Amino acid sequence: MGIFGKKTSRNVAKDRLKLVLIHDRANCSSEILEMIKTDILHVINKYMEVEEQGLEVKIGTTRSDRSNTQVPVLYANIPIRNMRNAGVKHY
Amino acid sequence: MSEVIVITSGKGGVGKTTTSANIGTGLAMLDKKVVLLDADIGLRNLDVVMGLENRIVYNVIDVIEGNCRLKQALIKDKKYPNLFLLPAAQTRDKDAVTPEQMKKLCEHLKEEFDYIIIDCPAGIEQGFKNAIAGADKAIVVTTPEVSAIRDADRIIGLLEANDLHDSRLIVNRIRVDMVKRGDMMSVDDVIEILAIELIGTIPDDENIVISTNNGDPIVNNTSCPAGKAYFNISKRIIGHEVPFMEFQSEKGLFGKLRSIMGFNN
Repeated sequence: MGIFGKKTSRNVAKDRLKLVLIHDRANCSSEILEMIKTDILHVINKYMEVEEQGLEVKIGTTRSDRSNTQVPVLYANIPIRNMRNAGVKHY
Repeated sequence: MSEVIVITSGKGGVGKTTTSANIGTGLAMLDKKVVLLDADIGLRNLDVVMGLENRIVYNVIDVIEGNCRLKQALIKDKKYPNLFLLPAAQTRDKDAVTPEQMKKLCEHLKEEFDYIIIDCPAGIEQGFKNAIAGADKAIVVTTPEVSAIRDADRIIGLLEANDLHDSRLIVNRIRVDMVKRGDMMSVDDVIEILAIELIGTIPDDENIVISTNNGDPIVNNTSCPAGKAYFNISKRIIGHEVPFMEFQSEKGLFGKLRSIMGFNN
């Protein structure tokens, strides 16, 4: 932030770059993320009731334990509405 | 032990050729036997930056195709008898060479020289693949701009995919005044984003333009900031511990004193 609370162009550049690189590195478009989301829902729904609106799937970075470098990571936040069916197998 | 170092960036115009010329000259100043290999077939420029453009008879393609012996194509530098240039061909294109041929050439050069510095063309196509084929190490040059850093990130990924790990970074054309104002990413910002180890930073210095005009690498003039910075990088390459001076944090009297005393790089 600058003196007057305005974001400096340095920080704008940094934020834009970080976002662009996450997608460049993962080679993963938002379309593919949407498909992953649908598939995850499909699988989890077999076992428990999921809050579909709250489901969040995104790609970020985390520090690797092995090489101490930034590596991409797939985050999935899946709120459960009802555990009632949890553990029941639907084969 | 000989070492082949490729100077690469992805994006064009960030200073690969200038960096190659200055690191090569710097290493020669440190009494190493050095050859500069211009891998930018069809768009050769390392010869003019070195001021050796009038001495070219044969080029790297002639050597690879067996039209001449290696010794005939090597051009001795004006100042340093232990510094040579192997120029690119100007009338051919990138497909005139294969990665295997480059690898073989590098092996051959290793028998003669301590350091082989390869000036890589911009892009990620055939020319890039040829340039990195025989390299043991890579130096990635970038500037503190979104487009250059994005391309550098892509290049680092491609280097890794080709088993060139531990690439080192040069951040070129840093403008202290703009960083201070918050209008340019700092060296730390760039390192944070690219997550590779730094080997040096070069301040934006108008002396670079003058030295290129004259065909005389700026590292010869270590009294100017960019020349000193390139010499420091050359020293780091041969294993000297040269501390990094943060020129983005020069504030107040102490900072000014540091810069007057030439402690910034």
